[in-house]
Amino acid sequence: MPGSPLRRKLLTTLLLAPAGAWLIVFLVLPFIAIIIFSVGERAPEGGYQAALTLTQYANLPARAAAFWNTLILAPVGAFACLLVAYPVAYYLALKASQRWRLILLALIVIPFWTSLLMRTYAWMYILGGRGIPTLLAYVGIEDLRLINTPGAVLLGIVYGYLPLMILPIYVSLERLDRRLLEASADLGAKPVSTFFGITFRLSLPGVTTGFSLVMILLLGEYLIPTMLGGGKVFFLGNALVDLFLQSRNWPFGSAIAVTLVLVSVVVLIIANRVSSRFSGARQVDLI
Amino acid sequence: MTAALNPDIEFREVAKRYGAVTAVSGINLSIPPAAFVALLGPSGCGKTTCLRMIAGFEQPSEGQVLIRGQDMAGTPPYRRPVNMVFQQYALFPHLDVENNVAYGLRQQRPRLSTREIRLRAGEALAMVQLAGYGHRKVHELSGGQQQRVALARALVNKPAVLLLDEPLAALDKKLRTDMQIELQNLQRELGITFVLVTHDQEEALSMSDFVCVMNRGSIVQIGQPNEVYHEPADLFVADFVGKTNLLPGKVSGRADGLVELRLANGSTISARSRGNLAKGDDTTVSLRPEALRLEAPGRGTLQGVVRNRIFLGATVEYAIEVPVLGTLMATADHQFFQGNLFEPGEPVAIGFAPGTPLAFPGIKENGTKQRETRNVEIIS
Repeated sequence: MPGSPLRRKLLTTLLLAPAGAWLIVFLVLPFIAIIIFSVGERAPEGGYQAALTLTQYANLPARAAAFWNTLILAPVGAFACLLVAYPVAYYLALKASQRWRLILLALIVIPFWTSLLMRTYAWMYILGGRGIPTLLAYVGIEDLRLINTPGAVLLGIVYGYLPLMILPIYVSLERLDRRLLEASADLGAKPVSTFFGITFRLSLPGVTTGFSLVMILLLGEYLIPTMLGGGKVFFLGNALVDLFLQSRNWPFGSAIAVTLVLVSVVVLIIANRVSSRFSGARQVDLI
Repeated sequence: MTAALNPDIEFREVAKRYGAVTAVSGINLSIPPAAFVALLGPSGCGKTTCLRMIAGFEQPSEGQVLIRGQDMAGTPPYRRPVNMVFQQYALFPHLDVENNVAYGLRQQRPRLSTREIRLRAGEALAMVQLAGYGHRKVHELSGGQQQRVALARALVNKPAVLLLDEPLAALDKKLRTDMQIELQNLQRELGITFVLVTHDQEEALSMSDFVCVMNRGSIVQIGQPNEVYHEPADLFVADFVGKTNLLPGKVSGRADGLVELRLANGSTISARSRGNLAKGDDTTVSLRPEALRLEAPGRGTLQGVVRNRIFLGATVEYAIEVPVLGTLMATADHQFFQGNLFEPGEPVAIGFAPGTPLAFPGIKENGTKQRETRNVEIIS
């Protein structure tokens, strides 16, 4: 019997099976393992030893600095990304001609084809002793330190995550009905008022998507702080690598990981709330 | 001193070009205060461009646009004393009805108090019969209600001129008629100038004090609705405004200020000449359906057969096939012909009152009646 409910159900199951299996094997099961690890104890020779204790969670304050740095870096990095990305997305969506739009979008996406590791390496050399500081030395600016500073980490973050911020904002601005901007001007709104009252407000879904995307990725960021921060600025990502691979304290690392996931979930929920609140019909006056 | 005498809107030799394309040229127009003016024309005739030049979204390439005597060159839309009702309304989706209407008030400097903003937004909503709808979301409203919100939003700042860009195009027939009446009443009550852009000749004729007919980037005729209807300046206006029958012919003579012309089937009729017509010239004669008189066979000027009859209540519309000339539309007053309906297939003669046919120079190319023929009469 073609098209019978049973058959359709089977087909749906078959189509969803690969993705479902992938999620279960690589996300759900490992996460359950991590949760189990996090209530266990470190085996004497390192690794995991079964137990049921909250000691690991009680020990979290020992890594307070890493938490603190991460909780500062993620929103600040995401915000810096936003500041750079918004004008680009605005130009692309509202000002650029059709041809330039394509060229510029390609220029934004193409660097993604090279691995982030290689691109961050490049920044290491650009900012390192033989890069920009050497050039500046020629014009008399000596002893400028760029690499291994928080500024370098921020720069790397903005560089690495910019496309993730630009694209969702671009999409929401591109969908914006231009006549709304004309209507706003017609009603007496100066360009700045139109921007904050209409353009920015209606692009908020894109902004929150980009912001939460970048921020969540930054919560687990490991590569950029290590390479451009020289390990001086210690983040949760670095802490995890250190705990799992160096000191082999799997339970404590697991506790940190679980906490990190919880923080990410909270960020997502807040972003969702903000997005639906501002883009919905409810009015909150910004101007 | 002269301010009161200034027209509300004035176009002086205005042209607008986009690259090599000329949207409008040689536009001269003067709209007196408190008038209801319609810019009427087919799509692409430049009427919307003219409206957008008044609003300030477009700058003229040549010439000047003046509002209340002031040259608007370089004045951005937000500094012009005009407001617009947009096609499809362009309401702000993230604001509720009240805040849509209050948007213009919030832009005023010095700032208005919150209480005054609420008060005036409420008044504007009451004016369009939407009192109590302030906290509705825009997308919850029907098309007609959205139209009213757009109207209230545009009027709340008390503009010198209200611009309406095809405001009724998205509404259904019944609602459109209601809104036409309402817009007319509103315009009289407020005593400000309304400039309406429309491609719907019926809408233009029924609502406005003056109709400005445009074609291919130029103004073809400016006049009161009945002038434009009864005394069309050229063949385009005769065809575009109202329904008409257009028949090609040749001028065969002149008599008593009328021209004699011979139609393709050999009949001769006399018509009032619109434009220079000499003997032997090609001409097109326009016959309004209501000017045709149906008579018993053999008596009138043209002989034909009734093909279709459309009963419209007060009037009856006939499609009459005349050999060689094609199908002519005739509207008969039902009161007058009471009980005397012609049946499809019945032979009939067509006559017309002297002076009602109008002869224009030139031959109208094929496809005269590209416009849909609606079963609705605009003739009053």
